[in-house]
Amino acid sequence: MENKIKSENILEFKNLYRTFEDGFTAVEDFNLTIKRGEFVTFLGPSGCGKTTTLRMAAGFDLPTSGKILLNGMDITKLPPNERPINTVFQRYALFPHLNIYDNVAFGLKLKKLPKEQIIKKVKKALEMVDLEGFESRKIQTLSGGQQQRIAIARAIVNEPEILLLDEPLGALDLKMRKEMQLELKNMHERLGITFIYVTHDQEEALTMSDKIVVMSEGKIQQTGAPEDIYNEPKNAFVADFIGDSNIFNGIMTGRCQVRFCGAEFQCVDDIEHGTMIDAVVRPEDVIITSPEKGIIRGRVTNVIFKGVHYEITVMSGKNEIIVQSTKKAEQGAEVGLIVEPEGIHIMVSETAINKIESSVSQSYGLLIFDGSIECDIASLIPGAKMTGDNIMTDAHGNELDYDKMKVILTISPKDISMSDDEKEGIAKGHIINLIYKGDHYSYVVRTDDETDIIVDDEYLWNMGDYVSLIIPRDKISFSLKK
Amino acid sequence: MKGFNFSRKHLGIPYGMFLTLFVAAPLFVIIYYAFTNGEGKPSLENFTGFFTSPNTIGTLFYSLSIAVVTSIVCLLLAYPVAYILARSRFKQKSVIVVMFVLPMWINFTLRITALKEILTLIEGNLAFHPFLNTIIGMTYDFLPFMILPMYTTLLKLDGSLLEAASDLGAGRFQTFIKVTLPLSVPGIVSGLVMVFLPAMTNYVVLDMLYNSTYIMGSLIGSYFSAYDWHNGSMISLILLIIILVFTLVTNKYTDDDTSRGGIL
Repeated sequence: MENKIKSENILEFKNLYRTFEDGFTAVEDFNLTIKRGEFVTFLGPSGCGKTTTLRMAAGFDLPTSGKILLNGMDITKLPPNERPINTVFQRYALFPHLNIYDNVAFGLKLKKLPKEQIIKKVKKALEMVDLEGFESRKIQTLSGGQQQRIAIARAIVNEPEILLLDEPLGALDLKMRKEMQLELKNMHERLGITFIYVTHDQEEALTMSDKIVVMSEGKIQQTGAPEDIYNEPKNAFVADFIGDSNIFNGIMTGRCQVRFCGAEFQCVDDIEHGTMIDAVVRPEDVIITSPEKGIIRGRVTNVIFKGVHYEITVMSGKNEIIVQSTKKAEQGAEVGLIVEPEGIHIMVSETAINKIESSVSQSYGLLIFDGSIECDIASLIPGAKMTGDNIMTDAHGNELDYDKMKVILTISPKDISMSDDEKEGIAKGHIINLIYKGDHYSYVVRTDDETDIIVDDEYLWNMGDYVSLIIPRDKISFSLKK
Repeated sequence: MKGFNFSRKHLGIPYGMFLTLFVAAPLFVIIYYAFTNGEGKPSLENFTGFFTSPNTIGTLFYSLSIAVVTSIVCLLLAYPVAYILARSRFKQKSVIVVMFVLPMWINFTLRITALKEILTLIEGNLAFHPFLNTIIGMTYDFLPFMILPMYTTLLKLDGSLLEAASDLGAGRFQTFIKVTLPLSVPGIVSGLVMVFLPAMTNYVVLDMLYNSTYIMGSLIGSYFSAYDWHNGSMISLILLIIILVFTLVTNKYTDDDTSRGGIL
């Protein structure tokens, strides 16, 4: 690695995919450029692929396809020991048979540095983590926080170009975690090297990072500075995952005008009239006022003291609004709520409608959800008709090949309901995602044949619930895929 | 007298009686006979006799060399097997482990008899290679005892430690030498204990394979069958002390892991 090109971009992920042997895709179409000296955080719930991505950067895991470039050079298949990258492991992974000095000196000894130099560097690294003089102690005599620091010292002593940290503070208590957050941030500034940090803790990510990469189900949801991620979440997932938020379904009713919760609000986003949207309102942006002055009215149903502020729940019609305020509100009181235009963040609704592709059976029925649905396919193709012996012909009398036909079913999420009774619905699946949207929950149900279906339901179900989906036949519209 | 209150410690009574009757009492009998002469008088002549006779000293070293060589051969054979089994991602590895342990389920005499037939087929007369045959027989017999503890230790080895080593710049071989091997020492030691101790005393293998030389076990047997209780006890005691020293030394290496423990 002599001819290193010191470009501004230290690490690049290009079209990275990782599919495991069992068919589970942990990382999908991952594209990211990391600048030299940046503090980048991969943030997401467990199973979102953040650790897998980190492991691929370290070399412990190989991508199924795609490339990883370090200083412009392809390192995708380079073994971990040949990468100028070091890792701080989730459970520290300190060597139990070695004392602290030998643990920290492990990498330096492998590089065959002179002994005096190793001693000096180990001492410096231990000073960096505030554990000077611990050289001869055994690993087992250290507390969790101290072991964590040794793990960091062991990695930074090698002066890597990139330091990878895999949920390093996960096992520490809250107070220790806060201290370590600040220390890591300081360390990053002093060392000037690139940090890639993995966490599921959004507060940790917001506190420490220069750049946050929000991930869900193997895909990047949003990349940006902490402020941007918090203030301008790209979609409902990011809004829901970062900070507390109220999310409402709504519609644009004019220039910078939006309607949700049964009232008109001014907003700052100019989106085409009539567009279906999700409005995100942070609890601290809702102002409680007298009923006459409020844009919407509601009744206080719950008040919780949270130290710095009160968390107040207000019911307005069928909508539930969470408010954070330093002033207390009385439970049961009638209040008015105001949201300033800057406090409303508008996101154009993702897939608010289900479009499901289905293949066609030999008898021209639809094969879907491991069963079949009847559909008059002939009516979808102009001029087509069924001939007597189960063969369909088009307007010119040519036979239509059922094998090549695909039919798209369009179903609105609100037309689908869920049931415990497996026999009741036409499809069954597990709830893999849920977001509360003021007056209803928006669920994503992954059916047994791996189709994701969005369902709006006013009742609360749990993540992972196995449900049966009731889709009324007359609410499905069919169209032929071209 | 107070009424008898049954408590949990009373459950130990049967074993306590067993221990006294069959372990402690015989031990005292052995010690008594070892330190007395034919007239029942206290004496060290049994020991001086043992340590001055080239024959008995030779037997002691012959036994030791059989035990040491058997242990080393077992270790060299078992470690790669245990390592490959423990580190492989093969799902049915427990099946393979059972295959290695399976010989233990077959009657000992039957196994050695079968081995005898095979060796005779190869060598012709077994008496030509007594030492080699004894080593083969003992290795065949004790190999599973070496594989199992090492397999368990290697299986428990935290994979992230190996990743950490490679992350810090160690290649595959360096990772093995610097991390895997030192961390498998407890398994190696318990394997050695499991093989060395029986290899030191077991003389059935040797007898059945027509090895005409004596080892410690056969020496004790021959003294007792000649009703020389004093010398028989003396050799038993020497053997006991050798085993005690060996166990104390090896226990040092297993101390870290209280869950495993040693013989003592």
